[in-house]
Amino acid sequence: MDIPFWSKEIETLDRASLQAIQLERLRDMVSWALKTPFYNKKLSSVGIRSPEDIRGFRDLERIPFTTKDDLRRSFPKGLLAVEMTEVVRIHSSSGTTGIPTVIYYTRDDVDRWTDLLARSIVATGASAQDIFQNMMSYGLFTGGLGLHYGAERVGMAVIPIGGGNTKRQIQTMKDFQTTILHVTPSYLLHIHSQFEAEGVKAGDLALRRAFIGAEPHSENTRRKIDDLLHIQAFNSYGLSELNGPGVAFECVCRKDMHLWEDAYIVEIIDPTTGRNVEDGQEGEVVLTNLIRRAMPILRYRTRDLAFLHPEPCECGRTHRRLSRILGRTDDMLIINGVNVFPSQIEEKIMKVPEVATNYQIHVDKKGALDRLTVKVEIYPKLFLGDVAKLEALRARIREELRSSIVISPNVELHEPGSLPVSEGKAKRVVDERPKD
Amino acid sequence: MKITQISVFLENRKGRLYDVCSLLGAHHVNIRALTIAETESFGVLRMVVDKCDAAVKLLREHGFVANFTDVVAVEVPDTPGGLAAVLKVFADNDVNVEYMYGFVEKHSDKALLVFRFEDTDVAQQVLAKHSISIVTKQEIEGL
Repeated sequence: MDIPFWSKEIETLDRASLQAIQLERLRDMVSWALKTPFYNKKLSSVGIRSPEDIRGFRDLERIPFTTKDDLRRSFPKGLLAVEMTEVVRIHSSSGTTGIPTVIYYTRDDVDRWTDLLARSIVATGASAQDIFQNMMSYGLFTGGLGLHYGAERVGMAVIPIGGGNTKRQIQTMKDFQTTILHVTPSYLLHIHSQFEAEGVKAGDLALRRAFIGAEPHSENTRRKIDDLLHIQAFNSYGLSELNGPGVAFECVCRKDMHLWEDAYIVEIIDPTTGRNVEDGQEGEVVLTNLIRRAMPILRYRTRDLAFLHPEPCECGRTHRRLSRILGRTDDMLIINGVNVFPSQIEEKIMKVPEVATNYQIHVDKKGALDRLTVKVEIYPKLFLGDVAKLEALRARIREELRSSIVISPNVELHEPGSLPVSEGKAKRVVDERPKD
Repeated sequence: MKITQISVFLENRKGRLYDVCSLLGAHHVNIRALTIAETESFGVLRMVVDKCDAAVKLLREHGFVANFTDVVAVEVPDTPGGLAAVLKVFADNDVNVEYMYGFVEKHSDKALLVFRFEDTDVAQQVLAKHSISIVTKQEIEGL
């Protein structure tokens, strides 16, 4: 098999040299982190006051974990390590309770991140010959712009179409003979379900690959995508705290995702004890960003559950492979690629005076797409028999939720006492999506 | 004279309408007129009954969301164009009808219709001025 590389030397570097690079970059990151109020306090508390205090990998374990809550509490600039004049990009993701997390990048940070994406893209066999239809959302979400920059660097023709508008997506695939899609697996299957209505067959199109990500999917789903669209789908992993997409990407072997270890230190921990587990064992993914100076993040608890393959890949890359995401250690839901925390929904519902505090979050599938329904109970005293007022209430709740969680849920009004009363938010979520 | 309509919120759940009707039936409340306003996610049952205070109390005791709404029951000649003639009076006098529905049984040779107006008081004045007869609460209870 012909194995394409973007940076062959670094991608196939022996483990010892790779670790030397990691250590050197970790020291660099610690020096930047110490400039931020947040890490200065955190690192000082464990006796790390200068980069020289990192003598080896053992010292990594001294560094306390960073959590999403930490990022939230540091909003907006508690983790900013450079002057704002050095920042060229700001991304943001929704927080668990309304306060977003914000990510900063210098020009060099964007450049290094872009390079990882170019590396990821080329690892799949894609090249400058390809026509790339980027169907991920642009904007504050890192998924769209991240791949866009990487694809341009590779030299592909990039169509920055963004998410949604199925008719136009299909028409664009035809018009430009798109060869590569970047899309969530559920939306790709939805697009396929609309082929017939648009008078298109998979064989009429020039599609060869899809980069799929932003939501969990099974190997069966990938095979289904391959078969239905006559393409090869490649799994990808990333999160804005660690720059965005391109943390890990599948190569042509498609046996899980190479995690770019010159750019990230990956640890898999037991989420209860916080201790590292052996390669091959499932645990929580903890990542240290080695390439972003504007906003260093050390030992970030992703809440994603996965494992690392102990054995090397047939492609010759020495960077270890991360399994697909097997679950979460928190209650975050992923709805059509968008991260949603039940607490965000709860917070909004509590502010609506016309509804009671009991509610239920229901997720299922409508066709290939996820469907989110928020069920609330109306207050009897506010019911005056007026249908229009109730419909306006539904619309208002939907809009309130949309402003917080980005996606627009279906809102159902229920009679008081009809929703199951539960303690603790986990039971308020009913996820009926099939696992496969 | 206004009469009282009962409005009941019905969530989209199998058998919910039956629950209301069987509860009222078991307590000898007679439904005189009824309609359902439905949306994709819920419905509102509107009805005129013989014992409305007792009916609302009963429904609330059984966990239903129920309330009173003022409506007017109008006698309309049961002949072609009968309803149109009444509606013309409303249109000519800027009386807005929010919704309307028919009674289950006939009151003499006239049809009985329930009207919910945007402004019930103004509507009643217009009806009186044009000698359109309306049905009283006592008559409803005696039906």
